[in-house]
Amino acid sequence: MANRKVLVVRTQTANTASVLAGLRRAGAQPVVTRDPQELLLAPAVVLPGVGAMHPAMRQLQEDGMTGALTDRLRAGRATLAICLGLQLMAAGSEESPGTAGLGILPVTARRFDSAVRIPQLGWNRIEPGAGCRLLRSGHAYFANSYCIEQPPRGWFAAYADHGKRFVAAVEQGNVLGCQFHPELSGAFGLDLMSRWLGAAFGKGGASC
Amino acid sequence: MLAKRIIPCLDVNAGRVVKGIRFAGLRDAGDPAERALVYDRQGADELVMLDVSATPEQRSTRLETVRRIRERLSIPLVVGGGVRSAADVGVLLEAGADKVAVNTAAVQSPGLVGEIAARFGSQCTVLALDAARSPAGGWQVVIRSGSRRTTIDAVDWAHRAVESGAGEILLTSFDRDGTRAGYDLELLGAVCKRVAVPVIASGGAAEPAHLLEALQAGADAVLAASIFHYGEYSVSDVKRYLASRKIEVRI
Repeated sequence: MANRKVLVVRTQTANTASVLAGLRRAGAQPVVTRDPQELLLAPAVVLPGVGAMHPAMRQLQEDGMTGALTDRLRAGRATLAICLGLQLMAAGSEESPGTAGLGILPVTARRFDSAVRIPQLGWNRIEPGAGCRLLRSGHAYFANSYCIEQPPRGWFAAYADHGKRFVAAVEQGNVLGCQFHPELSGAFGLDLMSRWLGAAFGKGGASC
Repeated sequence: MLAKRIIPCLDVNAGRVVKGIRFAGLRDAGDPAERALVYDRQGADELVMLDVSATPEQRSTRLETVRRIRERLSIPLVVGGGVRSAADVGVLLEAGADKVAVNTAAVQSPGLVGEIAARFGSQCTVLALDAARSPAGGWQVVIRSGSRRTTIDAVDWAHRAVESGAGEILLTSFDRDGTRAGYDLELLGAVCKRVAVPVIASGGAAEPAHLLEALQAGADAVLAASIFHYGEYSVSDVKRYLASRKIEVRI
């Protein structure tokens, strides 16, 4: 557990304190950053996010972070994207028409059907599809009005139901995108963060 | 499928958990961070911390309390009480709240709910609505910790706040709070029917059957304080009971 420094992308709208506390409980030493250079090569990065797509993307652009984020995601470097962070990886969202996401996932986030209560606030059961290595089944805490409906090609996905089946999380190598909040998902979330940290750092110390 | 949530509530005054009847007559119920950890371990789905401090001096410990709870809590934390502005919300989120509840200020400043939702998102904008039965029928909004009745219809107010961007309603029956007579199910039903966002029922729970009734009446979550604080029931007792009655809970 020696050196597990994790960079957390500074976004104005995120519940950063909860993310930092969750990572510390999982044995990491989180540090908040808005330095693109650091972000590009760090062994482990968390992209948190709550709120709307447009202001979050605009801020990442103003801080000059989008290029570094896109490059590290394309290179498959260990990254955990949470909630809006996952949607930022998409091509766009119905929530903010005209705003392009990072485009790592060739999908668009859509609003839940109006037959269910929106936002989805609470614990939903997720089931990993075939091929998932980090994701397991259990209850996770969600706080979202928009979601990804179809698994992006080339990614393994876990699913949950809220009026319809949606993508609860995706993984590809050590890149993990969660629609739910692992930092607020009790023991389930802690285990997931620990597995991700273990994958990012190997069993011992730091690695790239 | 989304599980129904069981939410212990910590009323905090000057850094201590307290509990009263109809918002008055407070008695001590422990250290907030310790209580929070106990409920987390019992399987609570979320925690609400309401700052009921009457004075700014007592209130100044609020952020420290939020930080202490956050460091140990592995579930969502809602903070309310004395939130006056979007800036207050930002400070609380920074300290470790995941959602912030507004009450009196939302009534007094009509644009506040919309402003908070626009800046931080609907999913962290909770309208805390205290409602009292009106002699004329229906329910009136009560503000300032129950000390002032308004002429605003509570069900209409819930609807308007949601239109402005509130993502959840924390609905407390002023008449039932601390009375152990059960939730006001009529009020709950009326609000659940009127809004499309999740509704947390609050005020009056004394036994697991009360929580069951509220969930069956349409609540997405139930909040309770005294039944948990004094060890009558643990959160896990309540969840086992609800599961045996075919309510979807996270166990």
